Amino acid sequence: MARLVLWGWIVVAIGLCALTVPWFLWGDATVVAGIPLWLWWHVGWMGLAALVFRLFARRAWGLGIESGEGSSDGSTPPNAGVDPGGERR
Amino acid sequence: MSVALQLGIIVGYLLLALAVGLVAYRTTDRTAEDFYLASRSVGTVVLLFTTFATLLSAFTFFAGPNIAYREGPEWVLVMGLMDGIVFAILWYVVGYKQWLLGRRYEYVTLGEMLGDRFGSRRLRGLVAGISLLWLFPYVMLQQVGAGTALQALTDGAVPYAVGAGLITAFMILYVVVAGFRGIAWTDTLQGAFMLVTTWIALAWVLAAVGGPGAATAALEAEAADHLALGGDFYTVQWMLSTAITIGFGVAMFPQVNQRFFAAGSEAVLKRSFALWPLLCVLLFVPSFLLGAWARGLDVAIAEGENVLPAVLAEYTPVWFAALVIAGAMAAMMSSSDSMLLSGSSYFTRDLYRPFVEGSVSERREDLLARLGVVGFATAAFVGSLVQPATLFELGDAAFSGFAQLALPVLVALYWRRTTRAGITAGILASQAFYLSSLFTAVVPSAYGGWTAGLVGMGLGLVVTVGVSAVTTPAADERRAIYFDGLGAD
Repeated sequence: MARLVLWGWIVVAIGLCALTVPWFLWGDATVVAGIPLWLWWHVGWMGLAALVFRLFARRAWGLGIESGEGSSDGSTPPNAGVDPGGERR
Repeated sequence: MSVALQLGIIVGYLLLALAVGLVAYRTTDRTAEDFYLASRSVGTVVLLFTTFATLLSAFTFFAGPNIAYREGPEWVLVMGLMDGIVFAILWYVVGYKQWLLGRRYEYVTLGEMLGDRFGSRRLRGLVAGISLLWLFPYVMLQQVGAGTALQALTDGAVPYAVGAGLITAFMILYVVVAGFRGIAWTDTLQGAFMLVTTWIALAWVLAAVGGPGAATAALEAEAADHLALGGDFYTVQWMLSTAITIGFGVAMFPQVNQRFFAAGSEAVLKRSFALWPLLCVLLFVPSFLLGAWARGLDVAIAEGENVLPAVLAEYTPVWFAALVIAGAMAAMMSSSDSMLLSGSSYFTRDLYRPFVEGSVSERREDLLARLGVVGFATAAFVGSLVQPATLFELGDAAFSGFAQLALPVLVALYWRRTTRAGITAGILASQAFYLSSLFTAVVPSAYGGWTAGLVGMGLGLVVTVGVSAVTTPAADERRAIYFDGLGAD
């Protein structure tokens, strides 16, 4: 399940990157309210990105980083919040 | 009149910054960790703006609008993608992980973090050395910019060398006294100031020319192709290459990367993460649109002159134009301040201490750190006297150079089986490739429209993973420390 959520968020991140530039408006010079349409898209998209980032920070922060998510080879049992003793310098 | 006013505003700004620096000095512990990272105690607004202000070099106000003027406003999209999206994602992927590790193991630099994990003093020195190789010309570039701007502002009354020298001297004084805390505070004041003045400038110019509709119509009459998305200059490959390499490069720039260690809490990182796209839109849209619209307006711009100052001079009162120019010069300086501080920390912690003088007291390290700032700034100043080059070429090379570090570091952060041989080979191969593309004819600089910087990143990734897969980890590698027991509390 955690893995599925992780991949879901990776897909969202790639999607956000992919459409920051509205490639489907390539060569288009439509002007709306004095600003090119492709720039309006960009401004709106950045607003959407801020909302998605906020949602991520609230719901899924720590995903793929904090222990229990990323350690799967079982060499050392992950135990969140416990210092791996003796390694601190 | 305007020269005296501009100089007055610049001097006034410098004095204000110095006052902030002195306050910061009084609250500072005399330890290297406090000097470099404000003892990992930075709050949301300050962290966001200090990172943002170090990104706002001369480029945002001079080179960027100049490109928008010549080629069209698509730069907004490239900047939005690189800083607002790609860098924001790295803020989490690289930044949060580094923050957790830095807090647990007390890392101050990237090289330290990697050297500890891979049990390698040489890797630590290599990362610091490569970083300084790219950082140095970039600092020099800011000094060249400041010297040139002062000379132009005073019609040659302050010669280039004197201007660059004065700015260098001020930066040394400021950084040595204020440390990270002072820099972060002035960055915040200045970032907020520039954001507000850029919007006022936009409103002022638009009111004078009759609104965005009229400005765009004038641009259409002058250069209709600038309104259409894309063109001969802005190709798909070029836009993506630039946004990706610079976005990843930013995360590896010492002064930005080091800020990942400085956040006061997890909440600070979370809040700043979501604000990145908004901040980028708020700043880049007005400044680049002004540059783009200037093309259609009746503004005479001499060869080699910057667009934004000319537009302001034409449409806004003298005091306001002077205020913005002073702010832009301050932006150059704040970038340099942060870079000097980080450059000095890379030098003292990752090169001097491991290789020259092993164990030093906290007080002595603090002193060494401040001496490092003096040495670095002076050397960059000497460089700026002998080796001028165009802002954009140097800046672009530095970002792509740093971008070469990003993927080997990311692999190490997220793949347990990365070996010391793997990451070392990945870093060396991509750096060798990118440097060769810059300085030799053997390695081409473009591949079907894609830049050598992007191709080099791919090479670094493949070599790091490939060599790690076929080598075994060295006995003193600490493979688990990036993974086990990591959590915010």
